[in-house]
Amino acid sequence: MEKPKVATTSLAGCFGCHMSLLDIDDRILKLIELVDFDKSPIDDIKNFTGRCAVGIVEGGCCNEENVHVLQDFRKNCDILISCGDCAIDGGIPAMRNNIPLKECFDEAYHDGPTVYNPNNITPNDKELPLILNKVYPCHHVVKMDYHLPGCPPSADTLWEALVALLSNKPIELPYELIKYD
Amino acid sequence: MSQKLSRIIKNACESCGNDRNRLMDIVTAIQKECGAVTLEAMDIIAKELNVQRVDVESVVSFYSFLSKEEKGKVVIRICNDVVDILKGAEDVAKVFSETLGIEIGQTAADGSISLEYTPCIGLSDQAPAVLINDVAITNLTVDKAKSIANDLKNGVLPESLTKECGDGNNANDLVKSMVKNNIIKKGSVIFAERQSEAGLEKAITMSPSDVISLIKASKVRGRGGAGFPTGMKWEFTRAAKGDKKYVVCNADEGEPGTFKDRVLLTEKFDMLCEGMAIGGYCIGSDSGIIYLRGEYAYLKAFLEKKLSQRKEVGLLGANICGKDGFNFDIRIQIGAGAYICGEETALISSCEGLRGDPKTRPPFPAQKGYLASPTTVNNVETFCSIAKILEKDAAWYSAIGTKGSTGTKILSISGDCSNPGIYEYDFGVKVSDMLKDAGAEDTKAVLIGGPSGQLIGKTDFNRIICYDDLATGGSIVIFNSYRNILEIVKSYLEFFVEESCGYCTPCRTGNVLLLNKIEEILEGKGEPSDIKYLEDLCSTVKVTSRCGLGQTSPNPVLTSIKNFREVYDAVLKLNEDGRQPTFDIKASLEVAEALQGRKSVIY
Amino acid sequence: MDKTITFKIDGVDVKGFPGQTIMEAADAAGVYIPRLCYLKDLTPHGSCRVCTIKVDGRAQAACTQPIAEGVEVENNTAELNEKRRDIIDMFFVEGNHFCMFCEKSGNCELQAMAYRLGICAPKYPFQFPDCSLDATHPDLFIDRNRCILCGRCVNASKVIDEKSVFEFVGRGAAKKIAVNADTLAGTNMAVSDKAAGVCPVGAIIKKRVGFEVPVGKRLYDTEPIGSDIEAKQ
Repeated sequence: MEKPKVATTSLAGCFGCHMSLLDIDDRILKLIELVDFDKSPIDDIKNFTGRCAVGIVEGGCCNEENVHVLQDFRKNCDILISCGDCAIDGGIPAMRNNIPLKECFDEAYHDGPTVYNPNNITPNDKELPLILNKVYPCHHVVKMDYHLPGCPPSADTLWEALVALLSNKPIELPYELIKYD
Repeated sequence: MSQKLSRIIKNACESCGNDRNRLMDIVTAIQKECGAVTLEAMDIIAKELNVQRVDVESVVSFYSFLSKEEKGKVVIRICNDVVDILKGAEDVAKVFSETLGIEIGQTAADGSISLEYTPCIGLSDQAPAVLINDVAITNLTVDKAKSIANDLKNGVLPESLTKECGDGNNANDLVKSMVKNNIIKKGSVIFAERQSEAGLEKAITMSPSDVISLIKASKVRGRGGAGFPTGMKWEFTRAAKGDKKYVVCNADEGEPGTFKDRVLLTEKFDMLCEGMAIGGYCIGSDSGIIYLRGEYAYLKAFLEKKLSQRKEVGLLGANICGKDGFNFDIRIQIGAGAYICGEETALISSCEGLRGDPKTRPPFPAQKGYLASPTTVNNVETFCSIAKILEKDAAWYSAIGTKGSTGTKILSISGDCSNPGIYEYDFGVKVSDMLKDAGAEDTKAVLIGGPSGQLIGKTDFNRIICYDDLATGGSIVIFNSYRNILEIVKSYLEFFVEESCGYCTPCRTGNVLLLNKIEEILEGKGEPSDIKYLEDLCSTVKVTSRCGLGQTSPNPVLTSIKNFREVYDAVLKLNEDGRQPTFDIKASLEVAEALQGRKSVIY
Repeated sequence: MDKTITFKIDGVDVKGFPGQTIMEAADAAGVYIPRLCYLKDLTPHGSCRVCTIKVDGRAQAACTQPIAEGVEVENNTAELNEKRRDIIDMFFVEGNHFCMFCEKSGNCELQAMAYRLGICAPKYPFQFPDCSLDATHPDLFIDRNRCILCGRCVNASKVIDEKSVFEFVGRGAAKKIAVNADTLAGTNMAVSDKAAGVCPVGAIIKKRVGFEVPVGKRLYDTEPIGSDIEAKQ
């Protein structure tokens, strides 16, 4: 029987959640016995090759590409997990949510104390995805099936959740594994 | 300026005996004279009253008629209650805004005029209506609004806008208001012929506990809506320990669509005072307070005159009606625009010069009310009923109405009907009969008891008005088949969001979340699962809220789901692609597209 | 203290004294009723509504409701815990609670209550309100993003410190905590005040002492909030 597929992505996140996934240490050997990785930075597969059982999403949506990828995940995954605080509540990127976009740009590209930008250019290549008016938690954009909080969620949390899902059980995290930091 | 301000404030404080508990009167006076209670003013008030500035700020920031920022010399408050909107308030607002060149919520640059919306001002039977300073202008049309706006622009004083006075005491020299009473149906208790002061005179021949027994035997219940037996309330207050006790009249009718107390205050004020004095006699109190909603400030001078007249003839003051040792006086406490102050403990807080936060219960007001003394708080109509009960007797009264709801009920009927106004019915009147009397045709929904009551449809029109079936404090709003139920629900939720005191979590935030969801549904972004979301959220807000506001604010949602489920089903649709219909990618890109001067290539 | 009152919480007999609230009697008996705004020694505020219980079927706040002979109190029921989750969810979406960098994380009562109730994410949409921060005081700062309007600082400053540094301003969703000057630095607030140490969340923080306790050793890292009370049983 074919192994179920898992896809992962990091949207407006820091890759910390992915690092935490790697922190499951030697259990990763068990994991690849259980699943195949499809689209994911772990194997660098860029596009979905088929339907996935589980999609793990790190980070919220701060630009249109994030939205596009998230919608793609929703389309191709049976179960979608918001992994980590940024996916769940926007996290640190969402601190800009009450600051007008223009001010954010000015601070980032012109006025910030560490900015070196002698030609005063605001990056605006057509290849660059447009920034959203604010950072959206994943479940504000598409329906998410599970939320694994933490910054990042611990390796044990991720492991427990994946093992439960792959054995067709609901995720029920014990007290020690629900943490928001 | 500062010296002048200082003098105004000192005068205001002194006239209230520099009493911290009279802060509402002090800040209301300063607001009226200075157009604001600025931080500087708060500093001076705090020093005068020996409190902290933040204590004053806390109060000022609570009431919508008070403001830290300077308001115009003329403040136009357009009533945006649902009924007013049905009758064209939004068009009226637009005309005011365009003619005056200011947006709603703004003050003209020269400081002359402010324009804002305000919730129900108790004139639903003559909507659309506005308050210009304290002057009520009714039955507005777009043309009238335009001419008024132009007059105000040309410096015409608000007082001069009243061309023709309404009926009854509305024409009194101290009122001079165009407001009409619209008393359409007179019943056997309040609007019947009566012998003035007969009730009070009879009461003082009896012992206070015998009067209470009589009131209990009449089975009269509170007319504000909750329906607590009045005799019992007075018995508790009488029994409570305390040297000083208070009789408080709740004249803060703020439930959207109710205006009966305005008419009672205008035409039956003596009856009310008589009832209050009987209350004072029963519970052993020499002090009464009438909490008059800020929207009815135009009646204050008239009511105060009436009070002093009663004093002159020995119906208030010392040894009332010649009865030795029976002293009772009444003062008027003016409110400043807060629906929550209709809740009895919030009303007491406000009387004490505090934010209109409801108090923790227990202790109940009967034990610890105004200034921690035993206090009874009753509705205007309840006091009036008591006067009549004493004039007649308990058996006469309890024969009127139904078994559990004796006497009559005054209804304020408005909305889609040809005869909006005041109706006094025996309890037990059928909704369909009431609709017929009001000249309502093609009725789709009736809101019984205002938004905190229930929205019923045709299948319930054979039900009756009483505490055990359709309870109401008096507000009846009629909607015809052209009205959008979801829009109505949304408006009422906006009202509750605006009026929540914010003290407890479920009411402060739950109502915002309910409103958000109803707005999404109205925008066509609703899904079938939203029904359960709404029902669960409503349940949490109702069960866990601290006072009646949150315990009833979800009612428009719940009763519309129950009685008009089809209007929800018609717009809720399942989104099968797993996307959130509430997320609008195009809208979320607008700012960046404008800023970067290019369009999204993905969306 | 001449009379003992006996009542039931979730079917179990609890004894208390006249004048006690249900919360006080339950605490003494080792029965934990979830709560947020309540703090022993302060006047019960009754605002968070997390301690909602049912007394003979009627919803009440345990922190303000006096005990009464023979009443049956429901506390740890599926229905009430669901309502408590809803309220905790409301707190999370009405503010901006960024636990990942908050000094209070691990010792935060709001976070701990969410942990105890097993909340992975709030069910309501985030509101992302615009809140202000006041870092003018040399030893303290106020972050209103995190404030849950519990009133502890107001009460402690008024009653215990006798200063009235804090009060609520505004109403409804616009209600917020204000200080008795233009900024906190302008008040007579001292870091040693009781009011400086009662905040259940990270809204009032003492400067230069953040992150003192390492992760794993903080108050609620391993033991759910309320464990100390339950240990009395």
